[in-house]
Amino acid sequence: MNIGTRKILDRSFTAVGIGSIVVMAIALMIVVVPIITNGIGAVFFTGTVEHRKMLFSEFKRGDSENLSSEVASSNRYRAKVYGMLTGFEAELETMAPEKKAEYQAKYSEVRAALQALLGPLPGDPEPMLTRFKYGQTRWEKAEEKLHDLLYESKWDNSNPEVMAKEYFVSRAIGFQGTSLVKLFPYVKDNFEEILLPEFTFYWGFITDSSVDSHFFGGIWPEIQGTFFLAIGAMLFAFPLGVVAAVYFTEYARPGFLNSMLRSANSTLAGVPSIVFGMFGLAFFINTLKVSESKSVIAGALTLAIMILPTIIRAAEEAILAVPKTYREASLSLGSTKWNTIATVILPAALPGIITGGIISLGRAAGETAPIIFTAAVSVGSAIGLADVLTSPTPALSWNIYNLASEHEAAAQIRHVQYGMVLALVSIVLMLNLSAIVLRARISKKLKG
Amino acid sequence: MDARESSGSAPVKKATRDMYLPPERRTIADGGDAHISAREFSIYYGEFEAVKRVSADILSKYVTAIIGPSGCGKSTFLRAINRMNDLIPSCHTTGALLFDGQDVYGKFTDEVLLRKKVGMVFQKPNPFPKSIFDNIAYGPRLHGVNDKKKLMEIVERSLKKAAIWDEVCDRLDKNALGLSGGQQQRICVARTLAVEPEVLLLDEPTSALDPKATAKIEDLIQELRGSYTIMIVTHNMQQASRVSDATMFFYEGVLVEQASTAQLFTNPKDPMTEDYITGRFS
Ligand SMILES: Nc1ncnc2c1ncn2[C@@H]1O[C@H](COP(=O)(O)OP(=O)(O)O)[C@@H](O)[C@H]1O
Ligand SMILES: [Mg+2]
Repeated sequence: MNIGTRKILDRSFTAVGIGSIVVMAIALMIVVVPIITNGIGAVFFTGTVEHRKMLFSEFKRGDSENLSSEVASSNRYRAKVYGMLTGFEAELETMAPEKKAEYQAKYSEVRAALQALLGPLPGDPEPMLTRFKYGQTRWEKAEEKLHDLLYESKWDNSNPEVMAKEYFVSRAIGFQGTSLVKLFPYVKDNFEEILLPEFTFYWGFITDSSVDSHFFGGIWPEIQGTFFLAIGAMLFAFPLGVVAAVYFTEYARPGFLNSMLRSANSTLAGVPSIVFGMFGLAFFINTLKVSESKSVIAGALTLAIMILPTIIRAAEEAILAVPKTYREASLSLGSTKWNTIATVILPAALPGIITGGIISLGRAAGETAPIIFTAAVSVGSAIGLADVLTSPTPALSWNIYNLASEHEAAAQIRHVQYGMVLALVSIVLMLNLSAIVLRARISKKLKG
Repeated sequence: MDARESSGSAPVKKATRDMYLPPERRTIADGGDAHISAREFSIYYGEFEAVKRVSADILSKYVTAIIGPSGCGKSTFLRAINRMNDLIPSCHTTGALLFDGQDVYGKFTDEVLLRKKVGMVFQKPNPFPKSIFDNIAYGPRLHGVNDKKKLMEIVERSLKKAAIWDEVCDRLDKNALGLSGGQQQRICVARTLAVEPEVLLLDEPTSALDPKATAKIEDLIQELRGSYTIMIVTHNMQQASRVSDATMFFYEGVLVEQASTAQLFTNPKDPMTEDYITGRFS
């Protein structure tokens, strides 16, 4: 017999174990690092003077003197751009009709690119949508728009065998021989002076409400909605779950009904969340009519039903884990069963019950499907506590989905979406962390 | 030999103090009649008869030891007295068990009140994961004492009775689980005493303790003798002879012999008792 075999086996198992942990850690990094780096970009970024203008007129934040001197300085450089535009418009009038038509088309593309970059041009009517009232507020977006101004995008369809390829043509070439040709190098060379980029810490991203469906502003309505829904769900599910667990562990007599209830509970824990969403709509809104249509309360109730099985399970396990000797000690002192449960069993089971509760809270905060039909709206302002019975609310989970897939300008506000993802992940992580801390503290108190 | 024959069929004699006690001990008791009486009392786990038709009287304010080999039904019998066996669904009884002349297993017996009068200390110390104060005050609070000052009095009195006051008086707010095993066991005794029971059931209270802590518990039993009816299960015969006035010897569920401790250990009537106490079997 080879006496070295066992050690080799031991070692290789250790190696496999460490290896799998490393792989998981790498996988986690691959997921988490982009979430964090992209998400932080919603709060820390290089902002332009347009951002500061927006903050001042939409949220009344910022130093007005400072801002007006910035705007004045920026306008000095912009004035030249506007001058070139009026110059070219005059030049257009002198052109032959067919030539004029050709330039007119190209010119309106240039104007559109400039509007995207700088906001409304002189003479433009006041835009209806807030998103058109300002130029680019973020420097990296501004650079993209600058590229749009300088280059025209074309598609190469010459080879039918392969997909069309995009290529860029300088717009300046198209205006060769006109006065507008000077515009392009001018904007490019004075780009910083025109937009005044500056490192920005936009804490309002967390606390501001959104402006014009998340074009500007923050995600407070979503954060608040998420809290309302998750905590509301908890208010229903936690007491109910603990009572049910007490019933199952302490009072239910073994039998057909009891085993039915238990297996129903286990089954519920595995039901896909979209089913709960449909159920919530059908039951709470259409049947019970807890509200006219979507509302926070309907969503909270739906989420409560979803997390109830988990809470019951966790509480049951925690109660069953309480040493039998505590129960004996209490009963032998002349305590009633109910008293024993309330004063000895539940306090001793509390760490486990709370852990289950907070993990369920995290799940309620993160779920999308149950609130689609019952509580969530894509755009809305933060609702007051008094409105939870009647109003729907935006919520992080649903609005992330909305921004990713349904928003008409999703590509332009990716940073908001990343910011929401980071906010949601942080909330869930914080809840789980607090569960761990709370559990440790209570356990420590129990252990003495 | 069939143990059951030798005692189960013996006629029940009314126990008297004279039967148990040497004359010099007679003055401790002020009660005298049987505090707990069993008549043809059997305890079953499902079909299995763990305690077989026991008839005995346990006298008020004396220390009665229950000895016998492991698995002979000592704990089962003891736990029947305060109906702790109710926790085991399969457990049921036949015959009669009387506490103060009342049927313990009667249809209308309030087991909660019974347990208040018949306190129990378990084999493994089992204080609650609460402060020492809350442990002792647990019972009184249950029974309606909420006045802080009164509770403090009860806690102090109980801890003193359990001979642990000096060791814990400066840390009543600390968790009881932080104490040593012997201290925890005395906390459990104090906790039981705080509800002012008449009977104290001790199920191998020292088997989880070291010799020093054991001695303390035995001293404590000596202190409490005469104030409470005490029943102590032990498989340590020295302990039984040291602390008890009367001894019951169980074997395979049968009460083989019951006599004053002095008599049972020096002059056992039943040959099986003799075999056991001389260590010929275990
Ligand atoms: N909960 C139970 N269910 C079934 N049988 C039990 C249970 N508890 C004890 N018994 C049986 O009853 C007998 C007496 O047990 P016990 O009273 O604990 O003995 P002792 O305390 O004298 O060691 C043993 O044979 C044991 O196996
Ligand atoms: Mg035992």
